[in-house]
Amino acid sequence: MKRRRLNLGYFISEGFHSIFSHGLMSFAAVCMIVACLIIMGSFALLAANADKMMSQLESENVFYAYIDESYTDEQIAALEKQVKSIDNVASVDFVSREEAKQEYLDGQTNELYVNMPDEVFRDRLVIHVYDLEKFAQTVDQVSALEGVADHRAEQDLTDAFITVRNVATAVAGILIAILAAISLFIIANTVRLAAFARREEIAIMKMCGASDGFIRWPFVIEGILLGLVGAVVAFFIQWGIYAGVYEAVMSSSASTIIIPVTFGSIWYWVLGIFALAGILIGMCGSGFAIRRFLRV
Amino acid sequence: MIRLVDVCKEYNNGTKAIKGLNLKIEDGEFAFLVGPSGSGKSTIIKLLTAEEFATQGRVMVNGYNLNTIKHWQIPKMRRTLGVIFQDFRLIDKKTVWGNLEFAMRIIGATNREMNKRIPYVLDLVGLSDKANVRPTEMSGGEQQRVAIARALVNNPQMIIADEPTGNLDPQRSLEIMTLLERINSMGTTMLVVTHERELVNRFSKRVVTIQNGELISDEQGGYYKL
Repeated sequence: MKRRRLNLGYFISEGFHSIFSHGLMSFAAVCMIVACLIIMGSFALLAANADKMMSQLESENVFYAYIDESYTDEQIAALEKQVKSIDNVASVDFVSREEAKQEYLDGQTNELYVNMPDEVFRDRLVIHVYDLEKFAQTVDQVSALEGVADHRAEQDLTDAFITVRNVATAVAGILIAILAAISLFIIANTVRLAAFARREEIAIMKMCGASDGFIRWPFVIEGILLGLVGAVVAFFIQWGIYAGVYEAVMSSSASTIIIPVTFGSIWYWVLGIFALAGILIGMCGSGFAIRRFLRV
Repeated sequence: MIRLVDVCKEYNNGTKAIKGLNLKIEDGEFAFLVGPSGSGKSTIIKLLTAEEFATQGRVMVNGYNLNTIKHWQIPKMRRTLGVIFQDFRLIDKKTVWGNLEFAMRIIGATNREMNKRIPYVLDLVGLSDKANVRPTEMSGGEQQRVAIARALVNNPQMIIADEPTGNLDPQRSLEIMTLLERINSMGTTMLVVTHERELVNRFSKRVVTIQNGELISDEQGGYYKL
């Protein structure tokens, strides 16, 4: 007899049928997945926004090293080389006291400042860094160099974003682990209930020569379908929540400092990650649940 | 073909269900396995279907050595068997056709194969007009015929019937046994486990008797003497 190896249509129809045969438990499983994904997504989006802010700060972030006034041009060139050789330094630009004065005056209209003597300003090095997390360390390294008389670095905002990003990442990680475990447990119970209701059928299948895969697939598909439904529902709820928060931020004074990522630019990432997480939770949960019933 | 060589089975709770059993059933044979309750008949069936494994000795079924069989080979071995139970074990929510289709789908049969084989088997067991009926709407005798049809539908080398007439009245029991004899005459090896003395003695087949897990007698054309 010619044999087909795959009964995909049968597996899918059995998976669907099983979901509706214990609807309440399936509903609970979907709700749990939705809750898990929304919490995971919210923290991930918060971390993504903090990351974007960090990137912006990193691209703009500079500090100034004021040069000892007794230094000659050769000494300044040597100092610039020394600063460039520090690991976290991305670029160094020399700005003379005249250029600094001109730059300052460009933003001023008050006549009081126009006749300001050049001596008020100092020759300086404008230093860009790669990694904001090593910002303080880099400032210390530059300040310690001979010929650096003083420095100016505004680090408070940088530190705040680093803290937000790190806390959001850590909290998201912990919550994801806890909620994923709870979701796995609920899905496993849902599928276990389905398998228990069909234990006689499973025993008949085993006795007729069904492979473990043939018995397992409908339950795995049930888990995947529950995970996918949960992911899609969670995606739309997440979209709504994020749009609300975005509007609130943009209409408040915080928008002068924070410009959040638009949902439109990341929706496919959110949907993809939610779908993947939902499928994985569903697959693993049902895989665990069915194992006991295969021992016939 | 079945071959048991010095087979012992001891369960985890210390019960010795089978004690050094030797038995050989050739292809195409019809044998009754008889004995009182608790004699070890069900354990022998479990050993033959790889639900349980011998603690000692060798078990061979249709060319498979069940002492060394791999987990993934067990479904293949079971496809060479058709098993019939006292309580029928049909899927009530499926029709007669659905139950047979289900058994064929398990082994990956195509729709064309199912449409050809199922009517043939239903005709063989005399249920051609019941294809669309659910098991719950049928008599016990008819349900057992469906179970026989399901056991037959994948064309197994051997049928193992565990008390197939246990839930039936004498007339239906005789019909079922006659049907099994007919199937055997078409080449399928038949092992029927029963404790129905009259039925066994009426058919004059090979009778293997066990008691307390040991072989008491094994006679061709024998009788149930316990």
